[in-house]
Amino acid sequence: MTDVLTPVLTDNWDQDRAWTLAAYERQGGYASLDKAFAMTPDDVIAAVKESGLRGRGGAGFPTGMKWGFIPQDNPKPKYLVVNADESEPGTCKDIPLMLATPHTLVEGVIVSSYAIRANRAFIYVRGEVLHVVRRLQKAVEEAYAAGHLGTNIHGSGYDLDLVVHAGAGAYICGEETALLEGLEGRRGQPRLRPPFPAVAGLYASPTVINNVESIASVPSIIDRGAAWFAGMGTEKSQGYGIFSLSGHVTTPGQFEAPLGITLRELIELAGGIREGHELKFWTPGGSSTPLLTPEHLDVPLDFEAVGAAGSMLGTRALQIFDETTCVVRAVLRWTEFYKHESCGKCTPCREGTWWLVQTLARLEKGQGSEADLDLLLDQCDNILGRSFCALGDGATSPISSSIKYFRDEYLAHLTHGGCPFDPAASTVFSPTSSPVGARA
Amino acid sequence: MTEHVGPGPVRPHFTENDRPLPPEAWAELREIAARYPEPRSGLLPMLHLVQSVEGRVTPEGIEACAEILDISAADVNGVATFYTMYKRKPVGDYHVGVCTNTLCAVMGGDLIFERLKSHLGVGNDETTPVEEGRASITLEHVECNAACDYAPVMMVNWEFMDNQTPESAVQVVDDLRNGREVHSTRGPRLCTWREAERVLAGFPDGLADEGPAAGPASLAGLRIARERGWTAPEPDGGPQAVEQPATKEGAVDEADTSRAASETLVQETQGDVDPAEEKQK
Repeated sequence: MTDVLTPVLTDNWDQDRAWTLAAYERQGGYASLDKAFAMTPDDVIAAVKESGLRGRGGAGFPTGMKWGFIPQDNPKPKYLVVNADESEPGTCKDIPLMLATPHTLVEGVIVSSYAIRANRAFIYVRGEVLHVVRRLQKAVEEAYAAGHLGTNIHGSGYDLDLVVHAGAGAYICGEETALLEGLEGRRGQPRLRPPFPAVAGLYASPTVINNVESIASVPSIIDRGAAWFAGMGTEKSQGYGIFSLSGHVTTPGQFEAPLGITLRELIELAGGIREGHELKFWTPGGSSTPLLTPEHLDVPLDFEAVGAAGSMLGTRALQIFDETTCVVRAVLRWTEFYKHESCGKCTPCREGTWWLVQTLARLEKGQGSEADLDLLLDQCDNILGRSFCALGDGATSPISSSIKYFRDEYLAHLTHGGCPFDPAASTVFSPTSSPVGARA
Repeated sequence: MTEHVGPGPVRPHFTENDRPLPPEAWAELREIAARYPEPRSGLLPMLHLVQSVEGRVTPEGIEACAEILDISAADVNGVATFYTMYKRKPVGDYHVGVCTNTLCAVMGGDLIFERLKSHLGVGNDETTPVEEGRASITLEHVECNAACDYAPVMMVNWEFMDNQTPESAVQVVDDLRNGREVHSTRGPRLCTWREAERVLAGFPDGLADEGPAAGPASLAGLRIARERGWTAPEPDGGPQAVEQPATKEGAVDEADTSRAASETLVQETQGDVDPAEEKQK
């Protein structure tokens, strides 16, 4: 029986100066390099396929299969790009990983680049995390000095250059083709697919784009074996993942567990919902994944079960809200976010998110009428599946799911002539709440 | 979201600059472009460097980037106006960003932002007046900064200030304005906004070793695992890998998003299928 929590990526976050090469190597870091170099690149791809690793950035596409799409007969250079633009509201796993153990990511980059036969790799990190950028820069510098990067790595004959690239503030750049636009020095707007990045990505060359956690998981698979990784998790959602609990729990934080753990188990580990309060609604994987309620506490948090429950596993960003939180206020704020972050390329998203805010803001003030709920759902229907990329789809998730579960609360705003909630009651420093913010 | 609360006229997007970009800046801009297989990839970090030198994106900085990359100033301008970290008005010595995305807002971010606006006497995206002997502060509300387990979160020059209250936030800005030493809760002593922008341009400042590896929330699960003796299994202990989907269709059946599924099917059929039709599935 596998333990409830299975620290792998987080296992050395508590080490002294964990971010340094010395600390990382003391813990056995960079051991996967020589193992990988002893294998053919195709065998490395096969091992990652066998492990069952599925993309940890939200979509859950099999990582090894993505690598297999790279046409090796294409004479152009191949590129690996790490998506470190962690910006999905509620998602906060990649940033602490890169802050604590940037070398785990660098090691993963080297093995993954070797597998797809790339000699150039990039880490596209969002610009709004200065100290993470510092730690990445230092890790790359140390890895070069130690011969883990550069020419003829570990005498293998394999060469790799790695550049840390800071973005400049755009949620849309988490979308992989918008990220490539940013990396090419352009406005971050998504590209039409096909062609897919695997065929024509960065500089129209074959490119793999993977999330930080996906790439960081690769060394453990090579080092300990595909079967070891696949032995954790559920049948079709294998391995471990970092689950991020935030909001109204006693001890928010990062919990690394096999996929399939439930929110009930995680909330218990986080010390329960803050004292004197109860769970009202939650997101399983960021604000773009439809809201769930207490009735979903026992849904296994894997791709299949969360999908069957009407939502998505996403990035395992579990934002927990108790009964003091107004769901209309929460949804309005997320909708304002999507409106702000809409890149403007396509009409359904650019105009649609604007109208969603107009309609929601009126409801939140207690104005409008019940028919506005149908108007909202109609607007969602005109965005979902009709926008150019998943940003527009995501914008509809909180709205349609909140109307599904909390229709009465929308109506209460109309009968009450405004929001019936006291916003101060939901804060961590509310006199009626336990001091969540003062946790040790 | 640009409300104008403070006194005086709204500034134009670009104001005249009173000094040219120094030669060292030109050299460093070229250095950034040379890091990439294609120089234009350097544009985002180059604009960070322009902000470091100029205190904002200036017409002179745009011209320099355009000339080095052999693209038009309009191209550079288009990029500079797309990304929210690029500022066309002068930024203060410190940029203070309060997260008001849903989770932080609910946990107290809205009240923190309100308190700072009234305490500093500025609105969103505005800067306190330049005063002799006092540092200036630009206040802005920001979107989710990937630190939700430390909510409510405030960023100073894009360094984490975790678990804030209105009182602690006021203390931070007062200390910054009065030149007192302030440390990030998970990083070094706060530098100026211009110094921060230089690091983002790819010129390290030697402060990577400051601060902890992880804050308490990052270690919440690990601490429990240590207490209870929970670990990942030993290799060779688990069951064998189950069969993986052998085809793209098999994989997308299992993938999490209908969008990924539809796009892969489009790819498979070489564009025979209308993507709009596929998305309806």
